[in-house]
Amino acid sequence: MRIGIPKEIHSGEKRVATTPEIIPQLQKLGFEVAVETGAGVSANFSDEAYQTAGATIVADTRTLWSGSDIIMKVRGPERHPHLGVDEIDLLSRGQVLISFLWPGQNQTMLNSLAEKGVTALAMDSIPRISRAQKLDALSSMANIAGYRAVVEAAQHFGRFFTGQITAAGKVPPAKVLVIGAGVAGLAAIGAAKSMGAIVRAFDTRPEVKEQVESMDGEFLLLDFEEEGSGAGGYAKVMSEEFIAAEMALFAEQAKEVDIIITTALIPGKPAPELITAEMVESMKPGSIIVDLAAEQGGNCKLTEAGQVTQKHGVTLIGYTDLPSRLAAQSSQLYGTNLRHLLTDMCPEKDGKLVVDMEDEVVRGATIVNDGNITWPPPAPKLSATPAPKPEPPAVVEPAEDKPPSLLGPLLIFGIGALALFGLGFVAPPSFMAHFTVFVLSCFVGYMVIWNVTPALHTPLMSVTNAISSIIIIGALLQISSGETWIMLLAGVTVLITSINIFGGFAVTRRMLDMFRK
Amino acid sequence: MPSGVVTAAYIGATILFILALGGLSNPETARRGNLYGMSGMGLALFATIFGVVTGNYALLIGALVIGGTIGVILAQRVQMTQMPELVAILHSLVGLAAVFVGFASFSDPNTLFTGVEKTIHDIEIYIGILIGAVTFSGSVIAFGKLSGKIGGNPLILPARHWLNLALLLSSIWLGASFVEQSAAGGGVGPLLIMTVIALLFGVHMVMAIGGADMPVVVSMLNSYSGWAASATGFMLSNDLLIVTGALVGSSGAILSYIMCRAMNRKFIAVIAGGFGTTSGSSSSAGDAEQGEVAPIDATETAVLLKDAKEVMIIPGYGMAVAQAQHTVHDITRKLRDKGVNVRFGIHPVAGRMPGHMNVLLAEAKVPYDIVFEMDEINDDFPNVDVSIIIGANDIVNPSALTDPDSPIAGMPVLECWKGETTIVLKRGMATGYAGVQNPLFFLDNTRMLFGDARESLDAVLANL
Repeated sequence: MRIGIPKEIHSGEKRVATTPEIIPQLQKLGFEVAVETGAGVSANFSDEAYQTAGATIVADTRTLWSGSDIIMKVRGPERHPHLGVDEIDLLSRGQVLISFLWPGQNQTMLNSLAEKGVTALAMDSIPRISRAQKLDALSSMANIAGYRAVVEAAQHFGRFFTGQITAAGKVPPAKVLVIGAGVAGLAAIGAAKSMGAIVRAFDTRPEVKEQVESMDGEFLLLDFEEEGSGAGGYAKVMSEEFIAAEMALFAEQAKEVDIIITTALIPGKPAPELITAEMVESMKPGSIIVDLAAEQGGNCKLTEAGQVTQKHGVTLIGYTDLPSRLAAQSSQLYGTNLRHLLTDMCPEKDGKLVVDMEDEVVRGATIVNDGNITWPPPAPKLSATPAPKPEPPAVVEPAEDKPPSLLGPLLIFGIGALALFGLGFVAPPSFMAHFTVFVLSCFVGYMVIWNVTPALHTPLMSVTNAISSIIIIGALLQISSGETWIMLLAGVTVLITSINIFGGFAVTRRMLDMFRK
Repeated sequence: MPSGVVTAAYIGATILFILALGGLSNPETARRGNLYGMSGMGLALFATIFGVVTGNYALLIGALVIGGTIGVILAQRVQMTQMPELVAILHSLVGLAAVFVGFASFSDPNTLFTGVEKTIHDIEIYIGILIGAVTFSGSVIAFGKLSGKIGGNPLILPARHWLNLALLLSSIWLGASFVEQSAAGGGVGPLLIMTVIALLFGVHMVMAIGGADMPVVVSMLNSYSGWAASATGFMLSNDLLIVTGALVGSSGAILSYIMCRAMNRKFIAVIAGGFGTTSGSSSSAGDAEQGEVAPIDATETAVLLKDAKEVMIIPGYGMAVAQAQHTVHDITRKLRDKGVNVRFGIHPVAGRMPGHMNVLLAEAKVPYDIVFEMDEINDDFPNVDVSIIIGANDIVNPSALTDPDSPIAGMPVLECWKGETTIVLKRGMATGYAGVQNPLFFLDNTRMLFGDARESLDAVLANL
């Protein structure tokens, strides 16, 4: 099947749905790839680079759309500025469209796709399960947005991020507050941290505390108990009391920090308003707010989507195209996500796309299948890994269940003493002398062996094996016997024990020679 | 040579043997320790041959040379992965020697005892042969199991505990009648029957023990071979044998104890055999499908490893089977050259013999100062970026700590899941020896690299 990669037409969009690096991998799956002229130019991928990687370059947009079985895009279909038609009208029955589509917000688009009789897969509808992580384009893009948010903030911020003591005076480190520690938030924490800032983060989901701390950020705790995790690892709407406590925290932090990066989104809802006009006013002049939720209404009251504005001396950055501002990187990651999706949908590696509606991931992404609207998908069955959290895991303590009672040792000592006494009563003195030696050597052995390092347990076994062949002495004592068969038996014993002596020592030596620093 | 000098030589040999074992506390001193052991053995042999033996030198020297040659050749030829088998078969020789010496001593007309001394001597012979025979047949079976000549599954006879009890009781009864008949000048009959019973007992005991309990069995047989030597020492009134036997016996006993503790199992339970059958209804989650595993390929593994700062490698029996230790070392060297801190975490019962993994890694020239015991590194896992599990299963099973119904509940395990990512090298989704499903495989931060461990690692190495 032939994959077509059109040039993105959304104004300002620099990304492209595949990169030259990915094309050979698509070909390995059996696909042919056609790329529209100039599709990758804004992301610094030239037509020549695509051609060298094995793609066909198609100059005419209509030819590309009509000649491909699969169309892969970044943005959903829009009205084409040059051709004057909607991209949906370039599609024909049986074609497959894969891109970000946001079916929830675009009912009309969904209907027209269905009328066209195509199959459409929305990269934003990939279910959030572990198996689908490699296809999760939203995470890939959020990661880039988080990083870019810090870069944009640095661009507008008048100072260093890192603290320095220079000959010209002391520079305090910048303080960054990240609200919402999802993928974007964590990426922002990492980027700001690595530039040397002091980073604090807040999230309604307490379980992300660990992740924030793993990025070296400081997690701000709210003195309030409420579980903020909704379905699929996203956040949910919180109670009023919680929000009040949260707002108090932000108000307090706003006076202190230099940069606020907000990434708080709740699926299917307008972004929660977290930074009020008063908070913006209370910030130090020259402070920065980067609002990653600007497109969904903004976490900050004053941000304007797509714009950089100055209000109360604070720079408010409301860019909605942060991933596109890192076009080469986001194209690469998005292209890889698409490649993984195709790998999953093309199990035979024969260049044929199979829309398997039994597959949870494909089912979730497919919003129109052969002209039938299949969105929304049935609620995802949670992959059962750790079923409902095992309530406080019953940790099994190894042994040591009851306090040691004195009775046991006393009893053993008593029996031992009695047995020894009985033995001493009947046994002749010579036996008791040997017995003394025996008991003492057991104790010596006990003391010595506990000092042996576990790494040398195998050499220990082979060397003890060699020295236990000291039993050869017994055979040597008997070999001079007059009786032929005793002599022969002793001879055989000498033979087998000497195998043991020489073999045991030699193999121990061989092993010990291998242990080196 | 006067007998006082011989005794003095024996004392010297005893001291040298103790020093040999003491030297094993550290790989640096261990080589010298082995030399002490050899000198001790040489001293004892020299003193005995020139101080006690009066004739038949041709036979003696011949046997010594032939046996020694066989031993040295064996030691040079053996593969490090076959060490457990070699140790097992060498144990059997000690057991066999104890039986032979016992019979020879019994029929030796020169030993003249009367009264209680005679009785004690007879009991000593009886016990020496008993332990020797059990050691012999047990070790032979252990050898068969370890080398794969006999299946690894435990053989569970019906009423096996009663059978063992019957064998034990009949041994005691035969012992009593042996002492009685021996006093009257006979006793060969009961002695022979007992030998056969002891041989059967050894076979039955080891047959009932499964493959992964082999570390316990091997160290237990090691212990038995020591007790056999000790019993022979009593029989011959020879303190050198008693001391050496006791040293070896306690060494094996301690090893068995360490192995049992590492599996959180009672020694008796291991010896009674049939692991897994007694726990009845193993936890229901055991067989159920527990979710999806995330596979990974060699290229991605290589990328993960290259980007990591802390890597922990956890080898298991699978590494020995696949002979992958050399590739493991090459990967380790490459990563360490790139500044990645690679360490090894060894579970006490990994492999089929105490210290098995250490020997294999040492063979591949992995420096021993980056090889750590479980207790040394278990707390470090939260800082580990990538853990690689090579052919191990039960020793990294989190349900040992979380599921009180699990057959391996309470067994200390390497807590690799606390690290960033765990990569499990495995042939397929089969369960480990304990037959318990491993929830580790289904964790979000676990990736499965399916295939033969050696081939997978070769591919990883090629991509580094």
